[in-house]
This record gives sequence, C-alpha cells and structure tokens, in this order.
Amino acid sequence: MSSIEARGLRRAFGSTIALDGIDLRVEEGRVLGLIGPNGAGKSTALHAILGLIPYEGELRVLGLDPWTERDRLMRDVAFIADVAVLPRWIRVSQVLDYVAGVHPRFDRAKAEEFLARTTIKRTSKVRELSKGMVTQLHLALVMAIDARLLVLDEPTLGLDLLVRKQFYDSLLNDYFDRGRTILVTTHQVEEIQDVLTDFMFIDRGRVVLASSMEEFESRYLEVMVPPDCLAAARALGPLRERQILGRSILLFNHAGRQQLAALGDVRTPSIADLFVAVMDHPQGAAQ
Amino acid sequence: MSSRTDTSLVNDPQPAAPASLPETRPIYWSVRRELWENRSIYIAPLIVAGVVFLGLAIHTLSVPGPKSTLPGLQAYAAGSYNMAPAPIMLATFLVGLFYSLDALYGERRDRSILFWKSLPVSDLTTVLSKAIVPLVALPLIAFVLSVATKFFLALFGILVLLANGKSPSAFWTQLHFPQEMVVMAYGLAVHTLWFAPIYGWALLLSAWARRVPFLWAVLPPAMIFVAGNHLFNSPYLASMLKYRVTGAMETAFTSIDGKIGDLSKLTPSRFLSTPGLWIGLIFAAVCIAAAVRLRRKREPI
Repeated sequence: MSSIEARGLRRAFGSTIALDGIDLRVEEGRVLGLIGPNGAGKSTALHAILGLIPYEGELRVLGLDPWTERDRLMRDVAFIADVAVLPRWIRVSQVLDYVAGVHPRFDRAKAEEFLARTTIKRTSKVRELSKGMVTQLHLALVMAIDARLLVLDEPTLGLDLLVRKQFYDSLLNDYFDRGRTILVTTHQVEEIQDVLTDFMFIDRGRVVLASSMEEFESRYLEVMVPPDCLAAARALGPLRERQILGRSILLFNHAGRQQLAALGDVRTPSIADLFVAVMDHPQGAAQ
Repeated sequence: MSSRTDTSLVNDPQPAAPASLPETRPIYWSVRRELWENRSIYIAPLIVAGVVFLGLAIHTLSVPGPKSTLPGLQAYAAGSYNMAPAPIMLATFLVGLFYSLDALYGERRDRSILFWKSLPVSDLTTVLSKAIVPLVALPLIAFVLSVATKFFLALFGILVLLANGKSPSAFWTQLHFPQEMVVMAYGLAVHTLWFAPIYGWALLLSAWARRVPFLWAVLPPAMIFVAGNHLFNSPYLASMLKYRVTGAMETAFTSIDGKIGDLSKLTPSRFLSTPGLWIGLIFAAVCIAAAVRLRRKREPI
C-alpha cells in the first residue's frame, strides 16, 4: 500500500495558486524530500497531507481522507512543523502526560529514555529551554510515537549544525525502519541528501522533477572540465555550467559516463546543484 | 516513486487494528491541559475568595463599640456570611468570559495549534474541552470556593462571638448550611445556563477573529447600546442586553433580597419555561458547532 497517494492536488488562496495539480505517490518505507524555493507550495502540500487545509483533487494518506479524518489519521502520523510550535507555557512533564493521555500509540518510557540522554529537566517549561532543547523534546515525543508516516516541515530551521546533525542521526538510527515513511522539506538540502530515497522539486505549485536517488545517481553526472576540453564538453549539451576557483563544472543529464570521463573528473552531483540547474532550465532536466 | 518493491506485506511491524483509548480520555486530558495553561481559572477566584473573606472578617470586627450588643454582633456576622458568594461567582463569570475569548485565539497566535493538531484529538473534542471550562469547571470552582468562604466566615463569626463572651448558639441557629448550598448550586446552575450563549459567542469570536477578539466582543454590544439609546432613542436593544445579564435572576428567583437559604424563593419551573433560556441555549450550541467548523481550517496567525 502506498503511504501517500495524490492526484491533481490543487489549492488556491484567492487568486494565488499554491498547488497547481500535483501528482504524488509515496510507497511505504521511503524517505521523500520535497525541495523548492520559498513559496513553492511545499508547506501547502504538507498541510493538505496532514489534514490542516482543504484541497481540490484526490488525496489518500494511509488510506484515509486527511481533511475529514484528521484525528483518526493522526494516530498513525507524527508531525514536526518547525521548532516553534510546542506551547511555550507547558512543562516537560505536562507535555509527556498530555501526549500519553491522548495518543494510543505513544510509548512514554521511550520518550523518557530519550530525554534522559539530554539535559532537559522534567520541571522546565518549554519557554525556559534553548531552541536546540525544544527540538530534542519534540523529537523525543515524536520518536516515542509508533507512527507509520512522519512529516517534517523544515524541522531544523534556525538550529546550529551540531543539533541538526544529531536530529537526523537520531531519526535514522533510532526511529526509521522499512515500515515507516518519512516526508521532509528543508532548505538544507545537502544535509539530507544521504537520508533520502526519493526527492521531488516543486516550483510555483507544480512538480518540476521527481526522482528516486538510484535514478538520480545513474542519470546525472558532473564533470570538472579543464579549459582545453571545454568546447567539446559544451557540445554535449550540459544542463548547467558553473565556475569554481577558475575551473568549469558541467552538469549533464543522460550522458555516457565513458564519454564524460574523457573530458575530465566525473562525479555524482549534489541534489542542490541539480536543483539550481533545474530551476534555470526546467525543460532540459525533465526530459 | 515506486522503484523498489513493496515489502510491507512480508515484514510489516505495525498491527493491523489501530490501538484505541476510551472516548473520554482525550477530553479529560484536554480539560486538564486548559487548567495547566490558564491557571487564572482557579487562581483568580481563589484570590477573590481570599479578599472577600478578609474584607468580611474585618467588616464583622468593625461592629461599633467593643462592648456591642449580642444582636448587633450577630447581625454583622450573619450579614458578612450572606454576602460572601456574590463576588466570587461574579469573578468566575468574568474569568470564564475572558478565558473563552482567548481559548481558540491564543493557540493560533502562539502557533501551538500546529502541535495540538498533530495529535489524534478531534476539533470537536478540543472545542468541547474549552467550552467545559466556563460551563462546568468554573461553576464548580465557584461553588467550592463559596462554600469554603462561607464556612470559614461562620467559623470566624463564632470565634468573634466567643471572644466577646457571647454565646454563638443564636448565630448558629440562623445558619442554614444545607439549604444555602442548594440555593448556591441552583444559582450557579441557572446563571451558567443563562450565560451559555455569551460563552458560546465568545468561543466563536476567538475561533474567528484574526486579531483582538476582545474588541469584537465588546465593541458591537457597546455600539448597540449607544445607538439604541441615543441615535434611535429606542431602549429596546439595550434592554435586550440587560435582559441577557439579569434575566436568570429575574426568572429563577421570586426576589433577591432577604435570607439566602430560603428554598421557597426558587422558581425553577418558571426559569425552565422562559423562552429566553432555550433560545440562548440553542444559540450557544450553534456558536460552538460553528467554532468546531472554523477550527478545522484555522492556521497560525
């Protein structure tokens, strides 16, 4: 069964179209990254999937309609918006009590165990915790929920590098398994490249490119070309060319590795590089 | 997105049937959550009860002349004792109003609505738990505090009488504790039912307003009041507002003066047959239903 299935997902705010007919299918056990510029519709898509906003088109999440069955759906879905959504007035012990009280799949011992590895005190209020600690607290809550789908909307925004690294490490080592699905949006694409199994570029409410990581790695290649081979490399029709420290780096779609190796050092590009290239020439990449 | 074979049928670690909790658990914890967040729900009435006790205790002591007569002292003690519940109940009604105006607005302002909505708690459960605070929790708090304040004032009156070498037996026989408790419970119940549309309207405003629900609650009635009285020279609208404030007193009791413990002054059948009560309750139910619908699509502001 797919965790998420959307067909023609559309959402307009007045005359602004936030989602312009998105098709999406995420199988169980995948980690999908939604990547796009600000205002591309990533958060709108997540909010539709979480049942926070109404939408047009077809959408099933874990077999349910999120808009009419949000409370039912949330038994199997965990969600971290950004760090600032935990109520600032609540005490750590109270939020544990509350989630244990209302969530049938919450394992309090697991959350306590995770918190024991931090310096967070049970008696502290959220407003007294640092931003990094609030993230750890939210992560402790979410990891103690036996959810089938985890949705992360810019979960590490505004956090320092160390906390960001710990966040994804904990998530992958202690939480993720093939029975769970993760959907994540972030601006720090480089940091989650190793985490993802699939990614999707969204711009102006449309899917610009969707690919699995296997496909991405076999399809896109980057070559560092010395000046004398530049003309030959350009003749192969690169997606994008950029200069770093006086050397040219060309990004190719569907070019033979052998052929490129003759022109310079070949390597797998980062998703971020492809993202920039695709945003400049959407047609070339989608072919 | 489906380049890998789906292995979920083979090694799915999730049980097929969803774990479930008794239906009442989320509402119980949601009400507790409201009390954690809004400690003024019980602290404000508690402070008022303390002030009332102190003020009335001083009032009892301020009997003119240290060698006052027994009836004088008795009357003062009894008077203090009778006055106690009114300010406490008034305080809880005001707390309920301010609470309701913020209940569905505060969670949007501080963005915590995204956290609450990430949990398997329906909008109906959430809104009902917020309606329970002014409709059930606050009247209970008012009742307990009124009884306690009365009890301590009675005790204080007896101590004062004893300290002045007077027998407290005559004072004691004036008190009708069980009857008074019935009257207080009745008074709280009829007022809570009568004010239900005000709370319902406040909850709806708090779910709807993009900013300052307090102004939305206060300005229109104030404008109706001014417009009715001065522009159209018609007191009709103003009297409607006044009726909503004082109607419970007028229809549920024969008169408001005299001894409080007099059960013959209660007119529950007249109260229950007042159309204003039922119109108000229907209005409250419509407001709460609308607040549930609104919360479903509400996002942080």
